[in-house]
Parts: sequence; C-alpha cells; structure tokens
Amino acid sequence: MLKIIKSFAKRIFQRIFGRKENIKIGFYGPPNAGKTSVANKICKDWTGEELGAVSKIPHETRHVQFKEKVEITYKGRSLTFKIVDTPGIATKIDYEDFVDYGIKKKQAKKRAKEATQGIIESIQWLEDMDAVIVVLDATQNPYSQVNITIIGNLIARKIPTLIVANKIDLKKADIKRVEAAFPEYEVVGVSAKDELNFEDFYEALFRLSRKV
Amino acid sequence: MAKRIKGLSLQVIPFAELQSMSISERVKKILSLVLGNKIVIIHGRLRAEEEARLIEDTMAMVDHLKGFKGIELAVIEPNMEKENLFIRMKHGIAKSLVGDSSALTLIGPASIIKEIKKDPKKIELLLK
Repeated sequence: MLKIIKSFAKRIFQRIFGRKENIKIGFYGPPNAGKTSVANKICKDWTGEELGAVSKIPHETRHVQFKEKVEITYKGRSLTFKIVDTPGIATKIDYEDFVDYGIKKKQAKKRAKEATQGIIESIQWLEDMDAVIVVLDATQNPYSQVNITIIGNLIARKIPTLIVANKIDLKKADIKRVEAAFPEYEVVGVSAKDELNFEDFYEALFRLSRKV
Repeated sequence: MAKRIKGLSLQVIPFAELQSMSISERVKKILSLVLGNKIVIIHGRLRAEEEARLIEDTMAMVDHLKGFKGIELAVIEPNMEKENLFIRMKHGIAKSLVGDSSALTLIGPASIIKEIKKDPKKIELLLK
C-alpha cells in the first residue's frame, strides 16, 4: 500500500514540476522474443554501442543490463532514456531444454540456475520502471499466461506501456493477433534483425514518454 | 495403454479459503501443494501481483529443490462478451475489489504437465 502511495505521489510531483530528465524504460517479455535485439538496435542507433549478447538459445540474458543516458532525437524533439533490458520471464526452467540446443549438461545446469535468478531480478525491477516496452514474438500466440501476467502487473502498477511485436520479417508474424489480445495498448510491429519499422517505433516511444 | 503418472492428484481450493490469506500465505499454500505433485484448481483468479509473486517464489524453489522445474499456470475465464454492460461492469468492479472468483486457475508442476502434454491419455485415465 505504501509503495502505491509513494508511486502516486511521485507521479503527481512530476506532473506539477515538469517531466523526468532521464526516463527509465524497461524491456520486458517472455524469453526469446527479442528484447535485447530491440534494445541493441536502439542503443546502436543513438550511442553507437550495443547493449548485450543475443542468441537463439532461450535465456541468453540472465541479468538485468542497462545503458545510461541514451539520448534520442526524433523530429526535432530530444529525450534521454535509461534503457533497462531484463531477462525473459517464464514459469519454468528446465536445464534439459538447453541440452537440446547442444549445451553440455554442466553448463546447461549453470545456465538454468542463472536464468531462475534472472527472472526474480526482472520481476523485482518492475517496480522501478517509469515506462515499459513489452517485446513479444509476433509469430507466437500472444495469449500466453506469462504475457497476461506481465501486462496485468503493468496495469496494476499503472506503468505506461508500449507493446512491440518483434520478428515481423517472418511469414508467420501476425500483428493483428497481438493487437486483438491487448486492445488497450498501442502495438508497433518491428524487426530488430532486419531493422524494419523503427521510424514508427520511435514515434510511439515519444508518445509513450508523454505518459510518464 | 497410457502409463499412470505416479502420485498425481488434483486439489480444488475454493476462493473463500484463499480470501482471508495474505499474498505470502496464498503463494506458500499453492506451492506446497504443487511440490506435493498436486495439480491445484482454484475457484477464482489470483491478482496480477500474486501471479508475479508466485513466479518469483517458484524460481527461488527451482534453484533449491532438485527435480523441481517450475510450474504451469493457466486461467480459464468465463466469456463475458455476451453479457450486457451492467453485468460486465458489476463483474469488473467485483474483480478489482476481491479478485476474480468466477474464473478457474490451474497450477501444476511443470514436469507433470509436460508429461501430460506428451500423452493426454494419462489425465483421462486419472479422471476415470
């Protein structure tokens, strides 16, 4: 209850005395949706450096990683963000799944242990975010329980949210399905791999920042 | 013929039983049942914060308990689309105040659900 009051007071204070200088923006979503790929594209566009490693094997990001002071200029407007990339949230971790990708058993067990810690970290960081970008794989069913839990928590905490449907370069991608699943949010389709539609993404990012 | 899953059973928890509990108590109760290889059916829906807490505590357990790989969580909600606006509003207000008691939440150990997915006859056998 105290947290809710604090967060409410913080938002009122910001509304009265002006907008935040450094907007903390979190990248959340299930594993392998492309959170780090999208964050990398943004960091590369505006700082020249990527944020983290990416892989086809799930749970490549196992710790929260961030890039401070990413200044984005779009159509004459400029905003500074702190980009926070979080490990994918899942309800189960099985080291055998990593073995199936060719990782040795000992390494797979280590990866699984780190992945569980990463999920806990992700959830704990949620409280600190000014805004969140939920990155979903546009080729997958958006109605998964993990997606619903993430979005439900953002609604409960009143955190401004933008949904990014990644992997639109793939034939199976279906943005309409993502839009239908979460009609209360703006959905932007992108391909981090082929760097598609980031103009629309930045436009939406600036709209999102106005809600902070 | 499908092989039975050793020791699997279902446990139904009425919403009223959870209502008086704190978040910690609810999550603890659910996880203790899941760790006992039970598929838990809650007559109601957990709040989003409770689902997040359940995932957090599950991950802490995966890290510490050998053989425990996590949970599968599914919520079955009634279809309110056909209801009129007044009923939908009433449902929405009740949901925000006390959680959603018209939904069904299923939580089970991930390893068992994986086994059932591979061979759904196992759950059919169990229900006979």
